[in-house]
Amino acid sequence: MATSRDEILQQVQEILVEALGLDDDEVTAEATLMEDLGAESIDFLDIVFRLEKAFAIKIPREELFPAESLMNNPEFVSNGKLTETGLNELREKLPHTDLAAFEEDPDINKLGDLFTVRAIVNYVEAKLNAA
Amino acid sequence: MRWIWIDKFVEFKSGQSAVAVKNVTLAEEHLHDHFPGFPVMPESLMIEAMAQTAGILVGEAKKFEEKVILAKVKKAVFFDYVKPGDSLRLEATIDSIAPEAAGTRGKITCADKVIAEIDLMFSHIDQNLAGREFPEDNFVFDADTSVFNSLLRDVLSHGAGPETAEAEQK
Repeated sequence: MATSRDEILQQVQEILVEALGLDDDEVTAEATLMEDLGAESIDFLDIVFRLEKAFAIKIPREELFPAESLMNNPEFVSNGKLTETGLNELREKLPHTDLAAFEEDPDINKLGDLFTVRAIVNYVEAKLNAA
Repeated sequence: MRWIWIDKFVEFKSGQSAVAVKNVTLAEEHLHDHFPGFPVMPESLMIEAMAQTAGILVGEAKKFEEKVILAKVKKAVFFDYVKPGDSLRLEATIDSIAPEAAGTRGKITCADKVIAEIDLMFSHIDQNLAGREFPEDNFVFDADTSVFNSLLRDVLSHGAGPETAEAEQK
């Protein structure tokens, strides 16, 4: 039986509460991982490990959180903003994330805002459906 | 010199799990102050002992080629005091391992009583931190591998006796 979106959200919330030491009600679908929930780089790996285990999926390196490689490539970043090439790369890498708001002002400091709880749920759902 | 906080490994399954022993003694000066008249092992040093047990397990899984750094204490729960004369058994298991990091689960017992549960995350720093560069020397494991080999003297599981351990140093 397929896992429903609500069930995925609930499990993702439990994982984030555990991984980041949060209270249940902090992890809303809209919450951003870095800004709202205080995640740091090692936490992303912790979250990836926990998601892999909970959903029995394999998450390839940088598929879920590809920001770092983007930010370090001069082809993709110019004057602190993503270039058109960078944006295309981001669209390709994050098909499960809504980029509309970010595209209006592609400041790399706002890249962190893209990683929301909902984006993780979208990713897991797509992954489970593909399996 | 390395500050080694465990005494030896008694079990070692490469890439999977390891068990180390740490004997606690009143010769450790910090116990005189922690606390006067009531010497108990600081819990932070229990985390250190587990970090060394699990860290060497993680390092050995990649043949000591990665710089393995403790990155996160995922969980640390303590159930009882540890006193001078106690012999701690530190059991560590690799939960997940990827090119850039590893997660471990750990339990500390003393005479079959559970003292602590400590889950950790280690970063392979060259594969991490957005390509930031670190010295080429493996300052975690290269400095003096004879120390680690002596810890592993009883248990090297990849078909190694003392002769092989010696050969690996060269």
